Amino acid sequence: MKDIFEIRIHGRGGQGAKTAAQLIVESALVKGKHIQAFPEYGPERSGAPMVTFARISDKPIRTYQPVTNPDVVMVIDPTLLDIVDVTKGLDEQNGVLIVNTPKSPEKIKEKTGFKGRTCTVDATGISIDLLGVNMPNTPILGALIKATEILEIKDIEEKIRERFLKKIGEEKTNANIQCVRRAYNEVKES
Amino acid sequence: MNEKKILPLTGAYAAAEAMRQINPDVVAAYPITPQTPIVERFAQFVADGIVDTEMIRVESEHSAMSACVGASAAGARVMTATSSAGLALMWEVLGVASGLRLPIVMNIANRALSAPINIHCDHSDSMGARDLSWIQIYSENAQEVYEHNLLAIRLAEHKDVLLPVMVCQDGFITSHGVENVGIFPDDIVRNFVGEYEPEKFLLNINDPVTFGPLELTDYYFETKRQQEEAMDKARKIFLEIGKELSRITGREYGYFEAYETKDADVIIVVMNSTAGTAKVVVDRMRADGKKVGVLKIRLFRPFPYEEIADVLKNAKVIGVLDRSMSFGANAPIYSEIKNSLYDSERKPKLQSYIFGLGGREIYERDIEKVFEELLEGKVSNKKKYVGLRE
Repeated sequence: MKDIFEIRIHGRGGQGAKTAAQLIVESALVKGKHIQAFPEYGPERSGAPMVTFARISDKPIRTYQPVTNPDVVMVIDPTLLDIVDVTKGLDEQNGVLIVNTPKSPEKIKEKTGFKGRTCTVDATGISIDLLGVNMPNTPILGALIKATEILEIKDIEEKIRERFLKKIGEEKTNANIQCVRRAYNEVKES
Repeated sequence: MNEKKILPLTGAYAAAEAMRQINPDVVAAYPITPQTPIVERFAQFVADGIVDTEMIRVESEHSAMSACVGASAAGARVMTATSSAGLALMWEVLGVASGLRLPIVMNIANRALSAPINIHCDHSDSMGARDLSWIQIYSENAQEVYEHNLLAIRLAEHKDVLLPVMVCQDGFITSHGVENVGIFPDDIVRNFVGEYEPEKFLLNINDPVTFGPLELTDYYFETKRQQEEAMDKARKIFLEIGKELSRITGREYGYFEAYETKDADVIIVVMNSTAGTAKVVVDRMRADGKKVGVLKIRLFRPFPYEEIADVLKNAKVIGVLDRSMSFGANAPIYSEIKNSLYDSERKPKLQSYIFGLGGREIYERDIEKVFEELLEGKVSNKKKYVGLRE
């Protein structure tokens, strides 16, 4: 077991990869963990491929190198599979690949050539269904919780409530929480 | 030690938290790029009425520093923040601030200078300003950014110092990276920071003074000599205030942090976030029985020559990692390390490394390679480059 649990999130500018990373680490911080969340910054352009990282540890985190060997890779935008080597550095023995797609994990394995644990969830479909907009970044967190033991669903729920309630109101906040739960239940794994 | 609140903050927001607690009278800043989120967050505090600060949004960094100078001369406690080209545009007025002995505290997110256009981490901005009589404090992480701000305001305003201070952090890596930051209670911090009570200031009509008169061949030289005196005094006062701050935070504020240096054969000297990465490498190599250490410099101006020589002199080889260049000359930190060791009887071998310009990533494996190279005694009087495509 590594001292530091590391997550790499692939998304496109504007899809909320940064917010996803922040929700993850803020939830972990409440549990007394040491955390880091940092984007790989370019000029921020809506729609451009971007990467963001999260680290969670029981001990203080001192390294500032980019994450090279993630424990989890989350792909918020499935079109990135065609243009980015999303599984780079992901260990086939212990690593997990989580992709937002209606496709099966087997199909994703075929496409990426990744042989390790692969999870898929239609986070886009869920968000359109429940939120009425394409914001897959919160639902996909449900898949992360299902696939790893790093957080519990209630940790993320509390953070979503804290972060969103004032901004978007009770109804939409609850819808976001529903998204996480549904994604949690609908994850397919291979 | 006091109960602190642990928050997930970026280095930029950690600086803004310190500014919130310090509650300066005036913050003058240029509000858009290359500004940092420090000012964005602080402007929110102002808008929400959480602080009493007069926030002045100006049309350029030259004006930002000019407004800081005016406000500080008037007797206000003044803070600001900038980065990269913003600091470059302030250049002229940086010297005015220090020449007038104005205790302005400025946060810097260290970022590259143009050209080519680049927004990423690099120490060229503040290193270029190292000879302008500003005290410079460098921070490894967001926690240090927060605490260094508290130290800086006291140091700047100390009556025997009265010099402006830059608190530097790595652009993006620290300024935009979220991590655990312990924030101490407002009342305890405010009690430590105290009120600014200037002895001489423009708005004191009972004791009229002139700021910034013409001094030609008659007095200019003496004024500059006094600035040097103030810098000298700042060394000791930095440690004194640091000790006082330690009683709140439980952490130490030496001129530098000597990590596993005592019996080290090889020591790497480095500043800001890369020091954290280097410490991880040291732990790993120590576990393999390799005697390596890191010297992280906190106070770069005034520079603690003797104390640094004392730590480094017993090592066999020193590698100095600079994240900026002095083109056609030795790199800034390397120069100072070399200067430090001139008077030492024992002189370790030295190697200069340049790394990370324009945000080029620095990995643990890069630092490990540097250590291995130095352990083999591979040194030269030529600069070496880490992570560069030759």
